[in-house]
Amino acid sequence: MIRSLIIFGALAGLAACDSSSTRAQSASSDPAPAASGPGKGKGYNHDPFPSTYHAYPGAPTLLTNVTVLDGEGGRIDNGQVLFRDGKIVAVGQNLAADGATVIDGRGKYVTPGVIDIHSHMGDYPVPGVQANSDGNEMTGPVTAEVWAEHSVWPQDPAFGRALANGGVTTLQILPGSANLMGGRSVVVKNVYARTMQGMKFPGAPYGLKMACGENPKRVYGSKGRMPSTRMGNIAVDRQTWARAVEYKRRWDKYEEKGGEAPSRDLAMDTLRGVLEGEILIQNHCYRADEMAVVLDMAKEFGYHVSAFHHAVEAYKIADLLKANNTCAAVWADWYGFKMEAYDAVPENLAILDKEGACAMIHSDDGNGTQRLNQEVAKARASGIKAGMNISEEHAWTWLAINPAKALGIADKTGSLKPGKMADVILWNGNPFSVYTRPEMVWVDGALMYDSKDPKRRPVSDFELGQPGEGDVK
Amino acid sequence: MTSKLLLAATAALAFATPAMAQTVAITNAKLVIGDGGQPVDGGTVVIRDGKVVAAGPGVAVPAGIRVIDAGGKWVSPGIFAGFTRLGIVEVDGVDETNDSGASGTPFHAAIDVTPAVNPKSTPIAINRAEGITRAVVAPDNRGSIFAGQGAIIDLGSDMDAVSKPRAFQFMEWGEAGARAAGGSRPAAYAALKNVLFEVRDYVRAPGSYTDRGKDAFLTRADAEALVPVVQGRMPLLVHVERASDILVLLQLKKEMPALKLVFVGATEGWTVASQIAAAGVPVIATALNDLPESFEQLAASQSNIGRMTAAGVLLGIGTINQDEARQARWEKQYAGNLVALTKVPGATGLDWGAAFAAITSKPAEALGLGGEFGSLKPGRRGDVVIWDGDPLEIGTSAVNVIIDGVEQPLENRWTRLRQRYLDPKEGALPKAYQR
Repeated sequence: MIRSLIIFGALAGLAACDSSSTRAQSASSDPAPAASGPGKGKGYNHDPFPSTYHAYPGAPTLLTNVTVLDGEGGRIDNGQVLFRDGKIVAVGQNLAADGATVIDGRGKYVTPGVIDIHSHMGDYPVPGVQANSDGNEMTGPVTAEVWAEHSVWPQDPAFGRALANGGVTTLQILPGSANLMGGRSVVVKNVYARTMQGMKFPGAPYGLKMACGENPKRVYGSKGRMPSTRMGNIAVDRQTWARAVEYKRRWDKYEEKGGEAPSRDLAMDTLRGVLEGEILIQNHCYRADEMAVVLDMAKEFGYHVSAFHHAVEAYKIADLLKANNTCAAVWADWYGFKMEAYDAVPENLAILDKEGACAMIHSDDGNGTQRLNQEVAKARASGIKAGMNISEEHAWTWLAINPAKALGIADKTGSLKPGKMADVILWNGNPFSVYTRPEMVWVDGALMYDSKDPKRRPVSDFELGQPGEGDVK
Repeated sequence: MTSKLLLAATAALAFATPAMAQTVAITNAKLVIGDGGQPVDGGTVVIRDGKVVAAGPGVAVPAGIRVIDAGGKWVSPGIFAGFTRLGIVEVDGVDETNDSGASGTPFHAAIDVTPAVNPKSTPIAINRAEGITRAVVAPDNRGSIFAGQGAIIDLGSDMDAVSKPRAFQFMEWGEAGARAAGGSRPAAYAALKNVLFEVRDYVRAPGSYTDRGKDAFLTRADAEALVPVVQGRMPLLVHVERASDILVLLQLKKEMPALKLVFVGATEGWTVASQIAAAGVPVIATALNDLPESFEQLAASQSNIGRMTAAGVLLGIGTINQDEARQARWEKQYAGNLVALTKVPGATGLDWGAAFAAITSKPAEALGLGGEFGSLKPGRRGDVVIWDGDPLEIGTSAVNVIIDGVEQPLENRWTRLRQRYLDPKEGALPKAYQR
C-alpha cells in the first residue's frame, strides 16, 4: 500500500515538474512522426494549472518539554521537535537548539498538522448562498471532466477557522456526490492565497471523486434519466470504464508509436489517469455491500480504490478492505440522517483499525473539521470501551499518516519525520481532551496561527469590514 | 447478554409510567446539582415517587429505600436538550419517517408535535444511553413563519414520552421567516402583525370567527393556538440570528410586553447582548458555530454564549439546524468546548459549572420550566445520570440513566450492531444468526 502510493506520488510529481508548455504544443500543433510517438504520458499536458504555492518564511524552531505524537504511531514523552527551512530536522530528546527559537511547551502536546481528506471548502464555501454553490455539476451522472479546483474560492472564511481552531494544515477539496463520477479533487495547503493555484499542494496527485448509493440515483432518477437505481449506478459506471479502457489504449498506442493523435476527451483523460495509477479514486460509499461491488468493478477494469469516504458500514467488511488495500475515511458518530447511514456505529473506525484495515477520520463539514482531534478522541474512546487497546499515538495516525497515504502525499507530510514538511501543531494540552485547543500552528515551518497574537490569525477578504472582523472566532 | 436484555425489557415494562416511578437514593456521588455550581464529593440524591426530594453532601438516606452506591462517580441531573426534533424523525432523508414539517397543510400555528412523538425511535434510545433525559421538541415551519407547538419529552423507554405537550409556539424569523412569508423581512413582519390582529379578533368572539377557506391568512385552529401566546401564557420561541433582527423583536416585545419571547440560535446575539439582557429575553443558543454560514450570521463566534452569559442573558444550549433530530448527545461536547475557550486568549467561554448548567437547568429556565426540570434541586423530576467520568469530557459514558426515578435500559441499535460486528468475519453461520 505504502509503496504503491509513493510510486503514484512520484509519478504525479514528475508530471508536475515536466509540465512544460512545449510538451502541450507538441501534442496539439506539431504531431510527432509515425512510428515515433511523444512518449508515454506526454501526449498532452497533465498539469495545466500548476501549483504556485510557496512556503512563507519561518524561524528555525525547537519545541521542548512536549509530548510528541509523531503521526506514524510513535510517541516521545518530554520530547523535542526541531524544524528549520520548512522541514522537520529532528524529533527526540536532548536536541541542540543551534540558534533556533526555543518554545517551552511543558504540559503540552505536539503533533503533525491535521489532514482532512474530505472537505468542500471553496467549492461549497460560506456563506452558503446559491451564487457561490459550486460543488456539484448536477447536469449529468458522469462529469469526470470537471475539476474541483476550478470552483475553489480561496477567500472561503472556513479555511481560517480550520487552521486556528482545528490545526488543519492540508485538505482535499472534492466535488459533491450527486454524480457517479463527480470530477477531480484538489489537495491544498491550508494557507490563504489570492488564487487557487497559490494554495495547491505541490506534487499531490489528483483524486477522482466517485459516489455510490442514494445520491446519484436520487438526483438522476428524479430527472427521469439513468441511473435511478443502484444497479443503474453500477451499469453507468461500468459502461464508462469500458470506454475509458478503450481511450487509454488509443492514447497509449499514439504516445508510443505516433500517428494521428486521438481526439481529446477531458473526462476520459481523468479516467485514463486513474487506470494509469496517476489519479487516486476517492469513493463516497456508505453501505458495505456496495463497497464490495465497487471493489470488484475496480478489479474488472484494472484500477485501485484509494479510499471509501463516508464509509459508515466499513466496519462490516474490514477484512475485505484490508485485503484490497483500500482505506476507509469515516466520521466518528454521524448516523441516521439518510437511509444508507442507518447502520452507523461509533466503533466503526476502531473496528477497522483492529482488523488491520487503513482507517482515518474525515469531516465533510466546515464545523467538524475544526474538531477532528475530538472526533478521533471519540472514535478511540468508543474502541476502548469495546475492549480494544488503542494508544493516543496510534489514534493520531487517523488524522495524520493514514490520510496522507490515501492522498498519495505520505512522502511529504503526515508525520514528524526528518525531511518532511514542517506542518506542526502545538496544542495547549492533551488533544484527546475536549478542553484542549491549538496554541500555535506552523505550515511548512511558517507560523500561520498563534493564539496569543491576533496578527497571526487569518482574516479572509470576505470578512473585512464585516461584523466580527478579526474576532477570535 | 440475552438474559440481561430480557431483564431490562421486563424492568421497562414494569415501570412503564411515571405513576409507577421509583423511590431511590444514590449515595457516595461526585455530585453536580446543575445550577451552575461545581461538583462536590460525598453527595447523596434522594428521589421519591419520581421527584428529587433532596440532593447534597449532608443528605440522609431515608430508611428502607433502595440505595445505589455511586462509588465516588460523577452524578448529575440528566441533560435537558434545549432545542431538538428528537422522537419525531427516524431517518431525516426518508419522508415517511420524518414528521418535523408538512408542506401540504393549511395549518401552521395549530400544528402540535405531540401525536408524532415516537418513544421507540432510534435517536431516543441512542441519546438516552448517553445521558440525555429530557428534550425540547419543536416542529419545523413550512409556508408560514409559525411552525406550530412544541413539547417537552422525556427519553424514557416507556410509551409515555410527552411530559409537557404544547409547551411553546415556535416561529421562524430572519432569513427563514422571510422565505416562509413570501420573500422578504417586511413581508414576515406584516404577516406577524396581521396574525396578532387576527388573534385579537378571534379572542373577542371565538364563535363568530370563521375560516375563510384559501383566502384566510389564519385558520380558526391557528388563531386558537396563538391565543395563549398573545396572552403571555405560552412562550414564543423565535429562531433569529442577525443582530438587527433581534432588535426588531425586542421592539415588538416593548409594544407587547405580555409576549414571552425566547430567542433560538442568536448567532449575533453577543453584539447586542446588553439589550437582550435588559429586555429579560432568554436565549437557547447554538454553541459553537463560528462560520458566517449565511449573511445573518456574519458575526459568528464561539465566544457568543460566553459573552451573552457575561452580559447577564439567561442562556441555554440548543441544537437548531445541527442534526437536531439525533445528535442532542453532542451538547455535552459543545459545553466542554465552551470551557476550553476559557484558555484561549481573547475568547470568552464558560466555567465548568456554568457550562454544565447551560445543558441542564438553563434551557429549562429559558422555557419557564426550571422549577420542574433540569437540576437536582428539590421538587424537580428525578432525572439523574451516573457517569464514569467528567460528563463534558470526551470518552465519558453514562453508566446509569434514571428518568422520573426509573432506571433505564441502555441498549440500542448501536450496541446491537457493535456486538454483532466486533469481529466482522462470518462464523459457522451467517451474521444474521448472531445475536
